Amino acid sequence: MNGSGGSCSSLMEVAYDDDHHHGHHDDELHVLAVDDNLIDRKLVEKLLKISSCKVTTAENGIRALEYLGLGDQNQHIDALTNNVMKVNLIITDYCMPGMTGFELLKKVKESSNLKEVPVVIVSSENIPTRVNKCLASGAQMFMQKPLKLADVEKLKCHLMNCRS
Amino acid sequence: MEKRQFRDYTISLYHQGFLDDQFTELKKLQDECSPDFVAEVVSLFFEDCEKLISNMARALDQTGNVDYKLVGSSVHQLKGSSSSVGAKRVKGLCVTLKECCDSQNYEGCVRCLQQVDIEYKSLKGKLQDLFNLEQQIVQAGGRIPQVDI
Repeated sequence: MNGSGGSCSSLMEVAYDDDHHHGHHDDELHVLAVDDNLIDRKLVEKLLKISSCKVTTAENGIRALEYLGLGDQNQHIDALTNNVMKVNLIITDYCMPGMTGFELLKKVKESSNLKEVPVVIVSSENIPTRVNKCLASGAQMFMQKPLKLADVEKLKCHLMNCRS
Repeated sequence: MEKRQFRDYTISLYHQGFLDDQFTELKKLQDECSPDFVAEVVSLFFEDCEKLISNMARALDQTGNVDYKLVGSSVHQLKGSSSSVGAKRVKGLCVTLKECCDSQNYEGCVRCLQQVDIEYKSLKGKLQDLFNLEQQIVQAGGRIPQVDI
């Protein structure tokens, strides 16, 4: 794929963009960013990279779940899960065709393997019922789109503090 | 001279409402690793505009059988993209278009879509002019001035 120029296995190449150029340091956050909009994916990827995160992007919830090892087909593909570097944070858009960010959140929280992974929901619309619903279902934060550098810094601090 | 022009032109684009501070945020993401980041994103945006406007025009062409769901999802995408790149006027028109779509106001949709089309093309021209000014500065060996709005 173009962009970050990562070389991925053919399974992943079509579905998501993984940055293999740099080694994954233990203190570096590995973020999975999910958004159906190409421009927003590009932006969030850059925001996160500038903030020293390792980034994988996915264009929809199904791809995201597959990457996390939760896809229906991949239930027993342990090799894939082991090859995938541990994801420390999931940032997902709320409004996506097919599986919404909210539905993705619920799937992650229902999984014994992944329920500890913080999930941040981003949306262009700051609707209180939407925000509350996400937080009540275990979202770490609900943030307004478009994300700015300052938002990512804030988010990182929040998460790093939670980790230590 | 070019620096002065660049500064003035940039400020005018913000003051006239073509761009908002999200464009400023975009510029913050440009660095040595990705020196053409803004141009790349902006280019993707204009491609998006062309594609989505074309989809919506086609849908609206089916008079009597307009797929408002399609128009709605397309304008939602465009609203999102324009918001993300700081294309303030385009975004504003998308909001209006979405309202027309939600109330299935056919005339309103057609009118609004035309305005969106005009507006994105206008912005495209202006940003091209801005990038050209940047090029001139760089080619003359100068640095692009930081413009505080």
